[in-house]
Amino acid sequence: MTATGNVREINNPIIRFFSRFTFGDLLVFLILIVLVIAIVFPFWWVLRTALTSPGKVFTDTASLLPVEPTLLNFQRVLGLVDPAELVGMENTNISAGTLNFWIFMRNSFIFSLVITLGQTIFSTLAAYAFARLKFPFRDQIFFFYLTGLMFPGIVLFIPNFVLIRQMGLIGTFPGLIAPFFLMTPFAVFFMRQFFLSLPRDLEEAAILDGASKVGIFWRVAMPLIQGPVLTLAILTFIQSWNEYLWPLLVGRDEEIRVLTVALAIFRQQTPQGAPDWSGLMAGTAIAIVPTILIFFFFGRKVVDSIQFSGFK
Amino acid sequence: MAQRVAIKSTSSVSWWGRFMTTEALVAYLFILPSVIGFVLFYAYPAIRAVGISFTEWNLLSEAEFVGLANYQEIFSDERFWRSLTNTLAYVLWNIPLQTVLAIGMAVMLDRFSVVLSTLLRSVMILPWLMPNVIVALLWLWILDPSIGIANVLLNAVGMPEQEFLGSPDQAIAWIAIINIWRHAGYTAILIFAGLKTIPRSLYEASSIDGANNWTQFLRITLPLLRPVLVFVLVTSVIGSFQVFDTIAVTTDGGPAGATRVIIFYIIDEVFNRRISMGTATAASVVLFMILLFVTIVQMRFLRSSHSDLADYS
Repeated sequence: MTATGNVREINNPIIRFFSRFTFGDLLVFLILIVLVIAIVFPFWWVLRTALTSPGKVFTDTASLLPVEPTLLNFQRVLGLVDPAELVGMENTNISAGTLNFWIFMRNSFIFSLVITLGQTIFSTLAAYAFARLKFPFRDQIFFFYLTGLMFPGIVLFIPNFVLIRQMGLIGTFPGLIAPFFLMTPFAVFFMRQFFLSLPRDLEEAAILDGASKVGIFWRVAMPLIQGPVLTLAILTFIQSWNEYLWPLLVGRDEEIRVLTVALAIFRQQTPQGAPDWSGLMAGTAIAIVPTILIFFFFGRKVVDSIQFSGFK
Repeated sequence: MAQRVAIKSTSSVSWWGRFMTTEALVAYLFILPSVIGFVLFYAYPAIRAVGISFTEWNLLSEAEFVGLANYQEIFSDERFWRSLTNTLAYVLWNIPLQTVLAIGMAVMLDRFSVVLSTLLRSVMILPWLMPNVIVALLWLWILDPSIGIANVLLNAVGMPEQEFLGSPDQAIAWIAIINIWRHAGYTAILIFAGLKTIPRSLYEASSIDGANNWTQFLRITLPLLRPVLVFVLVTSVIGSFQVFDTIAVTTDGGPAGATRVIIFYIIDEVFNRRISMGTATAASVVLFMILLFVTIVQMRFLRSSHSDLADYS
């Protein structure tokens, strides 16, 4: 009876499952959980604060869940309620300025999408030429591009600011977009690597069939390179969406102000000596929605591209 | 005779002919937009930055050539040196911690099943996808000295509350930690990709020889990771020296100038303290020189051109 009992216990699938793990596995598992919490918790904290009633943010600091859950903060930053009406009631800690995150969101989208479109198309064209076509000074021009990878942003931003100013484009979308629109050395380099890794057979077969150079690029190479082009577009979009210093220098005006600049300016308004945290976190939550969407749909692609970039 | 004519005609159009092949023509058309972009926004400003650094210019009047006066001025400016030491302090907090953490994370990823490691790598990339400004804001809120959750948690476990970003001694370290939070996962993924290139047979052979995990890590993993580590260190050090966004949003250079880094100094020269294009570009050229020097030193020190894997095969 006891013997069969023992046998049954050992055969218990749960015990058998856990007996496979050593102490080291347990330790790694604990570290893993800490790691995941460290990554995810700050995002929960943004959402928790954004959903908390503005008056409660300063009093109920320990609650892990939203206190008196409300969508008021989202409505405020999206300009759906007049914040001035709320000031002086029970919500003394909220910013009285009008916040129109719709406009900042629109600006961020215009800025990021136009750059993504231009940079991806023009860099892909150039990359194909550098990888597959023969022309005088090809390697010299490409070498110049590579040196461009080394310049710190600030070295270029100040003369670029002067140039954009001389062109009268400060405070305009063209001025905001121009430095990123036609190329970045990284984008050309990134795409060139993919074109180089394509087998030449198909293109050579197309040449025998009498296809033109442009025809080979468009009908043979492009279909094979759609994945990397999409990856480049995603990376470019993320980078543009995250850009702060350049839009700060060129585009502080509200009509072209992007989300990152808007959030930084919003943070500097301190109605009661402290920032309007619930509003600020609502703005933050809105600003990361596109990033989160990209993460869910293309996270794997981004990870793969990073792993690829380590092997230049 | 006929042959000579033919040779003559090809040689007379040779240089022009080389340019005018349809292939070259198509190629020039393909690269034209990128060349315009490169010349206007990379090559020209890079040269112009050096040019402006030799002038005194406030954007309103004409630029005036002053030779090396701007360099002399910033080198005798105490705020410039302070900004350099602040930057260095940031780099020294940021890079060692981040690299060690990332190596640890990568080694851990390597031990997990493919499914779990793929899932984890996706989660680990999340902070890196976020704008610096957002990362800075959410940590500024968590680390708020009076009502942030960090101090609430410290209180709960009976530890003393901290000033975090409000403390002149701690601020730069906390900025570094915030950026480690954003970059560690990204760096770990790079290193993980490097780990995958190490032949498993080396580990099997060494464990037959009785080597334990730690010896294997020191003798096999680290040396063979060197090419990836060079890439990681060079790129992250270059990025680290240019820290700005996080500081601009959180401490704005404070408290008491403790987080006033080099980019801050440059921006202040143009936009806040005064309009001095000369000293600002001079400082940016100095930053470029520093980065070039640090990169070369790292390449030399880490023998980047030599791969240890060749020794085994």
